[in-house]
Amino acid sequence: MIFLRQLLFPLIAVIAAFIVGGILILIIGDNPIEAYRLLLGSALSWPDGIGYTLFYATPLIFTGLAVLVAFRCGLLNIGAEGQLYVAAFATAWVGISFANMTAWILLPLCFLAAILAGGVWGAIPGILKARFGSHEVINTIMLNFVAVALCSYFTQYHYKNPGPIMETTAIGGGAHIARLGRFVPGLPERIPVNVAFLLALLCCLLVYLFLWRTKWGYELRATGTNPTAAAYGGISIRKQIIIAMTISGSLAGMVGINEVLGYRYRYYDGFSDNYGFTGIAVALLGRNHPVGVVVAALLFAVLQRGGIHVDGFSEYVTKDIVQVLQGTIILFVAAEAFFSGSFNRFGLLKRAKV
Amino acid sequence: MSELFSVALFWSTIRLSTPLILAALGGMFSERAGVINIALEGMMLAGAFTAAAVTHAVGNPFVGLAAGMAAGALIAAIHAVACISYKADQVVTGTAINILMIGMPAFLSGAFFLSSGSTPQLPKEDLIPWTPIVIAFALVPIAWYVLYKTPFGLRLRSVGENPEAADAAGVSVARMKYAGVLLSGALAGIGGAYLSIGQSSLFTRNMTSGRGFIALAALIFGKWRPVQTLLACLLFGFTEAVSIQMQGVVKLPSGEDIPVQFIQMVPYLLTIIVLAGFIGSSRPPQALGIPYQKER
Amino acid sequence: MLQVDWKYVRASRSLRTGCPRSQQMLELRNITKRFANVLANDNVNIVVKPGTIHAIVGENGAGKSTAMRIAYGFYKADSGEILIDGQVRNISTPHDAIALGVGMVHQHFMLVETMTVAENIVLGAEPGNAVALDLGKASAEIQKLSAEFKLAVNPNAVVEHLSVGQQQRVELLKALYRHARLLILDEPTAVLTPQEVEEFFAILRRMREQGKTVVIITHKLSEVLAISDEVTVMRDGKVVGQVQTKETNAAELARLMVGREVLLRVEKPDADIGVTQLSVKHLSVTHADGTKRLDNVSFEVHKGEILGIAGVEGNGQTELIEALAGLVPASQLSGEVRLEGRDVTRLDARARREIGIAHIPEDRHRRGLLLDFSLTENSILGVHYRDALVSYAGVFLNDKAIRKRADQIIAGFDVRPANQDLPARALSGGNQQKLIIGREFDLQPKLLLVSQPTRGVDIGAIEFIHRKLVALRDDGCAVLLISAELEEVTALSDRLLIIHEGRIVGDVDPKVATIEEIGLLMTGSSKH
Repeated sequence: MIFLRQLLFPLIAVIAAFIVGGILILIIGDNPIEAYRLLLGSALSWPDGIGYTLFYATPLIFTGLAVLVAFRCGLLNIGAEGQLYVAAFATAWVGISFANMTAWILLPLCFLAAILAGGVWGAIPGILKARFGSHEVINTIMLNFVAVALCSYFTQYHYKNPGPIMETTAIGGGAHIARLGRFVPGLPERIPVNVAFLLALLCCLLVYLFLWRTKWGYELRATGTNPTAAAYGGISIRKQIIIAMTISGSLAGMVGINEVLGYRYRYYDGFSDNYGFTGIAVALLGRNHPVGVVVAALLFAVLQRGGIHVDGFSEYVTKDIVQVLQGTIILFVAAEAFFSGSFNRFGLLKRAKV
Repeated sequence: MSELFSVALFWSTIRLSTPLILAALGGMFSERAGVINIALEGMMLAGAFTAAAVTHAVGNPFVGLAAGMAAGALIAAIHAVACISYKADQVVTGTAINILMIGMPAFLSGAFFLSSGSTPQLPKEDLIPWTPIVIAFALVPIAWYVLYKTPFGLRLRSVGENPEAADAAGVSVARMKYAGVLLSGALAGIGGAYLSIGQSSLFTRNMTSGRGFIALAALIFGKWRPVQTLLACLLFGFTEAVSIQMQGVVKLPSGEDIPVQFIQMVPYLLTIIVLAGFIGSSRPPQALGIPYQKER
Repeated sequence: MLQVDWKYVRASRSLRTGCPRSQQMLELRNITKRFANVLANDNVNIVVKPGTIHAIVGENGAGKSTAMRIAYGFYKADSGEILIDGQVRNISTPHDAIALGVGMVHQHFMLVETMTVAENIVLGAEPGNAVALDLGKASAEIQKLSAEFKLAVNPNAVVEHLSVGQQQRVELLKALYRHARLLILDEPTAVLTPQEVEEFFAILRRMREQGKTVVIITHKLSEVLAISDEVTVMRDGKVVGQVQTKETNAAELARLMVGREVLLRVEKPDADIGVTQLSVKHLSVTHADGTKRLDNVSFEVHKGEILGIAGVEGNGQTELIEALAGLVPASQLSGEVRLEGRDVTRLDARARREIGIAHIPEDRHRRGLLLDFSLTENSILGVHYRDALVSYAGVFLNDKAIRKRADQIIAGFDVRPANQDLPARALSGGNQQKLIIGREFDLQPKLLLVSQPTRGVDIGAIEFIHRKLVALRDDGCAVLLISAELEEVTALSDRLLIIHEGRIVGDVDPKVATIEEIGLLMTGSSKH
């Protein structure tokens, strides 16, 4: 019953958001059924639909996991956006600076750069909280802007690819990771879904094992659920805050692997399509569980993929409907009591309430 | 260096500070009532779009300004219902509103004006470049008076500090929080409206570009107090004015360039430093971010 | 057909409104209130006469505060009626209660610390109009009330800078400022020293003389007998008696409160006291706000001994236990702590548990349990990293070993329901406490720090817990016991120290010392 309840509310939130979106589409004089068919249908085509959906899902799995880990320690990391920018730039920097190295050395270095840079950028608000008690939400927001400005500065002044586009020069060939098209028959290699997607799935498993099966995860979760009791149990809260934010930042940083090593092969200024913020939605909708994160990331990826088709083929509806739906979904998930309250009023969920 | 302090720069600072002041004072009412408002950005966007769209439709910018204010308050109402009545997480709800408001105005612009997310250009006579500036600066003493010298302000502050005590004293906690959040939306809405029908002449996609967050930073930098917040807004407005005026070539006396990105970072870095307690002690409202819930 | 005797109707109406003195000030009728799985008030009936001081007594968790919070509109009753001045009233918020002349001073003060006294007092009942707050007028009125009831306090002081006693005065003024005719005081003396209590009682008597009605919630019988005119006794959410104070005595009240003859003599053999296990020398704790919470405390606990520490709550007991458990930051500590002769002063909480110090904290919800975690997960808190509970390179939790351990604790300490996967939140207070005790006993400690072991625990579990503590002592463990229940601490301890304002002010033999003697020491009024 509890398990069903876990599934039920995210589902209701999604449906409710689609209803709200549908009403909006009706108001502007378009056909919601048609718009939703375009939005959802295009994601299921093979190979482009599915390929791109998996590609879009990759960063969202990483950022969803990042938010999840912080959340399980009682922290809200809304700085995944900044962490992934810094990490992506660091990845590109390594890829550019050591371009001539063989893949066997360069690739691990690039991976390490992404994980370390993201981790460091995540650790900063963690340390600030542990040391000075300043709120991680404000600090992560502020660091997002600092990260964007820093990366933009380095791109513009030090690594700029000549031309009108704000991007760096290309990374060395040894740092490229394979696109899934190389292994999957029927999936062309022009579709950018790459090995990073498999890495994201692996991270889900690792995060699960870490949080629920290791003593370290126990300490992190204990801190998140009741810090004073955790301290009583001999767990250092400050240490846990820093650990959680570092891991969170590293996970967000792995977006850089997908973006730089698997897609553009360079750092492209402003590449993130709000991945960091959408990660919050992904984690929440996924009930802060790794499996839920994968499902939620796929859902949002479907929307993102579909948005492009909506833009092209419908008269009034633009791809902005995707953000409207995302925002509405988070609102409904966050205000879960909105549903449980009305359900209880009708006596529908009485038994489920523990 | 002398060009840094020209008359043009002064007015530029005033203009750029105006939306920050409006949004930050709005944020102050919300946060002083204990509700975190990271949705200022979204509320500003709502105000900016609505003001431009209504002014285009009606041809009267004052009606547009009022509509922008109402739109901000409407979005704030969503925040309030979710956070106060349904005890949703305030940061998460704020994030949701920000995402929603990146999409919504662009979605509506696309539909109504068949554009790629902007409203049609308004004629010069339909713009109000001065009114919001006057409102913003007049609001500072008014906000100070309301907060510290009226029963409303006393109750609002008490709810943000210790809602249980306010409740026990017969103050309706929920009502005060609603008032604070709705006020914040209305003011942020005016701030947004200024961007579209004061500073420029149309709404463009995501035109606030982070000003809601700078306003939040100014609020924290100003330690949640009206006058200090005004000063913080002026400082942040000034840094923005400098970075625009100098087009990335601020020369130090030694002849070196300061890249514009470093000037842009100033507000954010200052906020982090203040929050860590390096510049005096900063104490947020004690019940900030905690939904008021008691067993009933 | 229907003859109405108007004269009679008029007369009865005037009786109801015209002369309220003949009415009851407050009446609760058949009040029932349930929180989650606890029936806090079960058909409660209380009558408070005007112009009296009415005590409501009962053990912790008897439902006293709940009943009065309902009268004040802070909670809403599931069923039942509230009558003020003999009329049924709908009181659903404190605002309603205030309008009817009811004021309440809560156990935890309801003050906005960052605001001034005057601002706190007028909050919600501001003088002046909507656009101008007239604090000058308020200050004048506050000063008048201060003089009238001898409640000296500076209206312009900021509350967080006031002492606890002064804050209480602000709370009283708050109620008086709202013209409260009925004042409900929830455990008002818990935070006061005996001298302050005397002073406080003088204030209450003055209020009674001025025609106010006072309800005082307490669990201290001596206070009831000293101050009240009438007493209502509650037990397990029910009213079990309402009597005139002058017609009763402490023994009768105690019997009513506990529901049986109070025979809180724990059956225990004489202690076989061994060598020194814990030695504390010149231990001081200075809180981050600069106040000294523990001041140069020195004592020893021996093997096979229960050392009790008695004192009014908030006199440094919490700080003492937490300092010994390693939960006070090193920067706030000075002095020396030795276990079996080894200096452990600088060890953190984990290291101390590792060398044999177990800790049953005073607040099980805040400190002792992860309420949303399962019983299994709670049973390993503090030892989750130990070799016996991890496998695979010492990183992964060993589910089998952990479950086995949880099983042992649940069975050995009779935790019910015995379902390992239930969240700790689902257990009753007594069973939660048994889980914690089981977990800490399982460490086979050399030293057990135990604070309020039976707070909010049902009678059956209390006896069980007491027996277990004595058994642990007899196994040679050194036990340091802190309890706000003087009877408990005297019954269990082999030796008793008395703490007052962070200092040890007495060392008595609980078998010989009288309650009066200990009580006197607790007030700091006589040096031993």
